Amino acid sequence: MQSAINKKQRTTNIELFNLKKMTEEIIIAGFGGQGVLSMGKILAYSGIMQNKEVSWMPSYGPEMRGGTANVTVIISDERISSPILTSYDTAIILNQQSMDKFEKSVKVGGCLIYDGNGITRHPERKDINIYRIDANDEAAKQGILKVFNMMVLGGYLKVKPIISSEFVRKGLEKSLPARHHDMIPENEKAVEIGKKIIKQIHAAN
Amino acid sequence: MKELRLMKGNEAIAEAAIRAGADGYFGYPITPQSEVLEYLMAQKPHERTGMVVLQAESEVAAINMVYGGASCGKKVMTSSSSPGISLKMEGISYMAGAELPGLIVNVTRGGPGLGTIQPSQSDYFQATKGGGHGDYRLIVLAPASVQETYDFVKLSFDLAFKYRNPVMILTDGIIGQMMEKVELGDQIPRSTREEIIKACPWATTGKTPDRQRSVITSLDLDSNKQEKHVLKLGAKYDKMEQDEVRFEKINCDDAEYIFVAFGSSARICQKSIEIGRAKGIKVGLIRPITLFPFPKKPIAEIANKVKGILTVEMNLGQMIEDVRLAVNGKVKVEHYGRTGGIIPTPEEVLIALEQKIIGG
Amino acid sequence: MTREEIIKKENIVYRKTPLFTDKPLSYCPGCGHGTVHRLILETIEEMGITSQTIGVAPVGCAVLAYEFMDIDMMQAAHGRAPALATAVKRLNPDQFVFTYQGDGDLAAIGTCETIHACNRGENFTMIFINNGIYGMTGGQMAPTTLPGMKSSTSPYGRDVKMMGNPLKITELIAQLPGTYFVTRQAVHTPAAVRKCKKAIRKAFENQKLDKGISFVEVVSNCNSGWKMTPVQANKWMEENMFPFYPLGDIKVPKE
Repeated sequence: MQSAINKKQRTTNIELFNLKKMTEEIIIAGFGGQGVLSMGKILAYSGIMQNKEVSWMPSYGPEMRGGTANVTVIISDERISSPILTSYDTAIILNQQSMDKFEKSVKVGGCLIYDGNGITRHPERKDINIYRIDANDEAAKQGILKVFNMMVLGGYLKVKPIISSEFVRKGLEKSLPARHHDMIPENEKAVEIGKKIIKQIHAAN
Repeated sequence: MKELRLMKGNEAIAEAAIRAGADGYFGYPITPQSEVLEYLMAQKPHERTGMVVLQAESEVAAINMVYGGASCGKKVMTSSSSPGISLKMEGISYMAGAELPGLIVNVTRGGPGLGTIQPSQSDYFQATKGGGHGDYRLIVLAPASVQETYDFVKLSFDLAFKYRNPVMILTDGIIGQMMEKVELGDQIPRSTREEIIKACPWATTGKTPDRQRSVITSLDLDSNKQEKHVLKLGAKYDKMEQDEVRFEKINCDDAEYIFVAFGSSARICQKSIEIGRAKGIKVGLIRPITLFPFPKKPIAEIANKVKGILTVEMNLGQMIEDVRLAVNGKVKVEHYGRTGGIIPTPEEVLIALEQKIIGG
Repeated sequence: MTREEIIKKENIVYRKTPLFTDKPLSYCPGCGHGTVHRLILETIEEMGITSQTIGVAPVGCAVLAYEFMDIDMMQAAHGRAPALATAVKRLNPDQFVFTYQGDGDLAAIGTCETIHACNRGENFTMIFINNGIYGMTGGQMAPTTLPGMKSSTSPYGRDVKMMGNPLKITELIAQLPGTYFVTRQAVHTPAAVRKCKKAIRKAFENQKLDKGISFVEVVSNCNSGWKMTPVQANKWMEENMFPFYPLGDIKVPKE
């Protein structure tokens, strides 16, 4: 006897999209309070809206309280295997500790996106694609620090356009409580800014 | 179109309880499962369905509230994590003895003692071998995704009432804390008093002149009667073994090696299979969904066809005893696990397979 | 006069309460449990609430209360009756729910459940039999054993320095905002029985008001555990128990 649920999970999307099967394994890491978990949540929710399989696995426990926070997000056309990984297609890195921890975890040929704010040791690997997005500075300049994380998300989606804008909007609607829906345009604007300000600084050898 | 949501395993338990038409939830905060009670309280289930949700003074009180509610034929549940489940064991044993339906969710963390709040599967023995005192079994369901966690709540209630036996969902901090896509079911209405009286003639619903009084007890001081009662329980457990075994096979058809893993370990093994197969290692997975009744037969069958079996559990090796019993010496069975809240990586699981089974 | 001539309704001076089952009581002769059982069953009968009543039996001498009471009952783990009753009443707010517990059950192992059910203001009736000893297990010291009182685990008398003080749990729970009616009664004389019956009736009637716990302590004897005859035990109770556990209402609702 097989689990009906899992059969269902496995076949989702194949008829609908019939595209090349995609799996994107992402780690988002930074300080607690930078919106790491919520960025991951909006990305995952947007994935659901676009009919993908998703998983969102945070680090939890005492380390969440004031220290570093990270979340593994997987978006796939197929049933997702392990929600916890040791190597990633993309690492989105928002502080130095996370750079030290996760730079080495990017798959060869994968992608590292980082915000330069507070970074003292920049990424050194040559076998991965490296992008820099100074979203913190930009958000501060524009007085929209609250949606700094959405700027980073925008940058990511520029590099890896796995979710279309339409579904990001739906993901926002689903993730944000109704009382914050008036902030959706500001979030969307931040995504667009992020797409503009991200810069590639190294292409994988 | 069905309603889709991104939910944590813990939230899925709570939402599933409301939608399954549960009458009551009684709990006590403990990491990593506190979101169950938090989510329920935020949902105002008393307004949505009339469901009673109460934060008890202790785990002990919570399970005994479940005992009280179940005695009345109500669909009631509790949830906790390992140290709290130990406290509930008294009540669970009483429920099994008194043949009460009910759902207990264990979002397992590392132990023994206060242990760690990080995930673990070290409560396998406790869940599947009784846990409390006396000769009894729980039906134990081990979900491996948030969707299954959601679906198993209703399934658990159905099985609990079918057998008049407590059912446990044994999950862990990974599945409890992780968010995945969940397809929600429709709201099932709570049972009316008339429906309960009809479906549960044994329940204490208030003695009416047309029937004998209902008594819920696990006590019989007459040893002959008590033995008869225990044998009846035994026959019930045999029936479960016959009818309720659930498992999943992944990549088993051409497999030379097999992982046996449940819950989140099974998810990790699926990744190990992806990596292993890319390297040319023909490995598959048997994932027990019911830990009791345990899928002995499919494991015994596959033991005739493969070169070795590795159980992967986040413990020192508990389920391996059941796997070895099923395999009965036909093929090598080894264990790989991490403890203390460490989650094994897919890569290290594969290395363990190579070292302990393929090369061993 | 024939037997048939005597058995007439107008000649009845005493009868078995109909809500008693036919099972003979297992309590020792002279014990107060049987009398309190009877008062509860009479109350249920007189209020006409048999089909609406659910009782919770304890662990202790009254563990088999459900064998004697012809009503729907459940048997709780030691000390947990108030937790069971909490769920039973919340899930069945139209039912009358009562717990029946001894001193070890209610005031030692179940103190937590007792205090929290009382403090939450659950809307059921608690009957508490206090005889200062563990009867069922053979006369060990209870949380309510008096200073100097002998038991099998305080064979030279309760030394409060070594064994701690007796617990006046009834006075304690009377302080809690969730209790509505708290009283201490006895059943050793016909007058006391009549008073106790009134208190139990009130404690059941109060459930209609949804105002919180109604709590009736019955100070009782345990002639077996105290190693006395029933008459001696009652006398000893009057002389020793009542001064420490004075009878009367402790918390009465303002009408």
